[in-house]
Amino acid sequence: MQYNPCVKHKLIRASTRSFAEAELAPIAAEIDQQRIFPREIIEKMRELNYFGLQTPKAYGGAELDSVSSAIVVEELSRVCAAVGLCVTVHNGVAVYPFLRFASARQKDIYLPELASGNAIGAFSLTEANAGSDAGSVETTARKQGSNYILNGTKIFVTNGGVCDVALIFALTSSPEHKLQSSVFIVESKYPGFLRGEREDLCGMRANPVSSLFFEDCSVPEENLLGKLGDGMKIGLATLDNGRLGVAAQALGIAQGAMETAVKYARERQQFKKPIASLQTIQNYIADMATEIMAARLLLYRACDLKDAGMPFGCEASMAKLYCSSVASRVSSLAVQIHGGYGYSKEYDVERYFRDARVTEIYEGTSEIQRMVIARAILSQSIL
Amino acid sequence: MNIIACVKQVPDTEAQIKVKADGSGIEEGQIKWVMNPYDEFGVEEALKLKEKNGGDVTIVCVGPARAMETIRTALAMGADKGVHICDPAFDNADAFVVANALAAAIKALPHDIIFCGQRAIDDDSGQVGAMLAEALNLPQLTLVTKLEFAGSSVKVIRPIEGAQLSIETALPAVVTCQKGLNEPRYASLPGIMKAKKKPVDVKNAAAIGVATDAKARVAKTVPPPARPPGKIICGDEPAQKAAELGKLLREEAKAI
Repeated sequence: MQYNPCVKHKLIRASTRSFAEAELAPIAAEIDQQRIFPREIIEKMRELNYFGLQTPKAYGGAELDSVSSAIVVEELSRVCAAVGLCVTVHNGVAVYPFLRFASARQKDIYLPELASGNAIGAFSLTEANAGSDAGSVETTARKQGSNYILNGTKIFVTNGGVCDVALIFALTSSPEHKLQSSVFIVESKYPGFLRGEREDLCGMRANPVSSLFFEDCSVPEENLLGKLGDGMKIGLATLDNGRLGVAAQALGIAQGAMETAVKYARERQQFKKPIASLQTIQNYIADMATEIMAARLLLYRACDLKDAGMPFGCEASMAKLYCSSVASRVSSLAVQIHGGYGYSKEYDVERYFRDARVTEIYEGTSEIQRMVIARAILSQSIL
Repeated sequence: MNIIACVKQVPDTEAQIKVKADGSGIEEGQIKWVMNPYDEFGVEEALKLKEKNGGDVTIVCVGPARAMETIRTALAMGADKGVHICDPAFDNADAFVVANALAAAIKALPHDIIFCGQRAIDDDSGQVGAMLAEALNLPQLTLVTKLEFAGSSVKVIRPIEGAQLSIETALPAVVTCQKGLNEPRYASLPGIMKAKKKPVDVKNAAAIGVATDAKARVAKTVPPPARPPGKIICGDEPAQKAAELGKLLREEAKAI
């Protein structure tokens, strides 16, 4: 494993950072407050291929390694986590299942559109009664001729308000198995695909997270992803990958929060000196920097395993668990360093603090990550 | 069309610069390095010319090994190849040595137009572009904010106090770029992936055959004096405060 970034990784970080600082930084606070999905910026991101991070070149993607992909998400989230969320969900859980499980025909139809960002993707498993317990999905897909008819409600769908293609988990039945979940590629233009109101969330407010309703939504049978009953398999594999993306996002938030706090600590004068000269503040900064470094190495290690074709689920859960808890701790300390100003919307740390919190919840809660990790450890004969 | 863009690696504008204890230069350890922003305008203009008229863009850079990253950045933006003039003998190079090294490297390449930044943001000397034109015996168009290409000549706009000059010259020529010329693009992800495979020719001083003796020597580097703290005029009466401000501006700051 490489501990020093190669030139390619440095260039990707520098280029994404300059994009994020020039294009996202000036609007990040406003789109958070006004809950605006920044269409114009999304157009610019399409040109840079941010919607085809790991899609093969043959389909118009950038074919990046997993560390490079993480760096892009990290750098976008360092400035604006809600836009980082759009990119990581699109690439990590909407495009990835196509790469792993789609037929050649499905790839030819959907990957060029998704990789160019012409179509924005969503992944939709969660329901009112199916959160951590992904097996409790109630949306149904009933076979009718050469179509499946979908009925049900999905909630908390990231990119839900704008997605053009969504992967929908629904219950199907077959002669052998009475009820099992399957995944369908559903285009937003299909009749019966309806969007709900945008959720009024604590953080990630620029992302159009919303519900999706399916009312007798007719989906052609060739839009079944993988085989009938593959839902759980596809879901688990996709979430492993999605966790790398959320870990990268959390890491970016932590990095942004720390840098904001360091800058403030250098400038803020109390007791006739910068507060950065106070040992208490220095201790906070030392802890933040150390935890961020550890989190980054944990994430890149999981990314390397994935690229080497090794199992990476346990490491992805470790990275997601740790990066998200670091994001919450660091952003909370960053608020503390800012004092009263940190509690004000005038300063960016307040937004980082709100955005960080959900990284411990979505793509599997921290409790679920611990369950995944513990199961992996307990099943190993050699520790 | 053979287009050359010269680039220099400089400390990031946000970098915290520390002068070495012995005054021999700046501490380089913790600095983040970037492409000189004025050179970015040159690279962007070179790429725009290429996209419109065909040809290729060669990046030429004098700098230590770390400057390779800046060359790769330009390649990631879309340039085709690079020449890296890298030799410890250039460590104390002045503008004259750098201009001659660039000229020697460029002489060996086909060149129709050569772009430089109007100055580098580290030493702010602003001499290399002009010296390079002299060394190559080419016309120089400096501080350019607009460029139009017309086959075998270019027409440029150069702002001057209260007006602007429109200058036209036959090619080849050296153009130094000023803010306003264009908006440099971001390197796209596919651009970055391609950059690592593009050829960069690394040459030392002997290979290009130039002298490395500087005409100018930096005697000592000193940090700028600390700014005295500002003064806040307190009081409730605006008229009184204004009178106090006027007094201070006249007597202390001697500004009026």
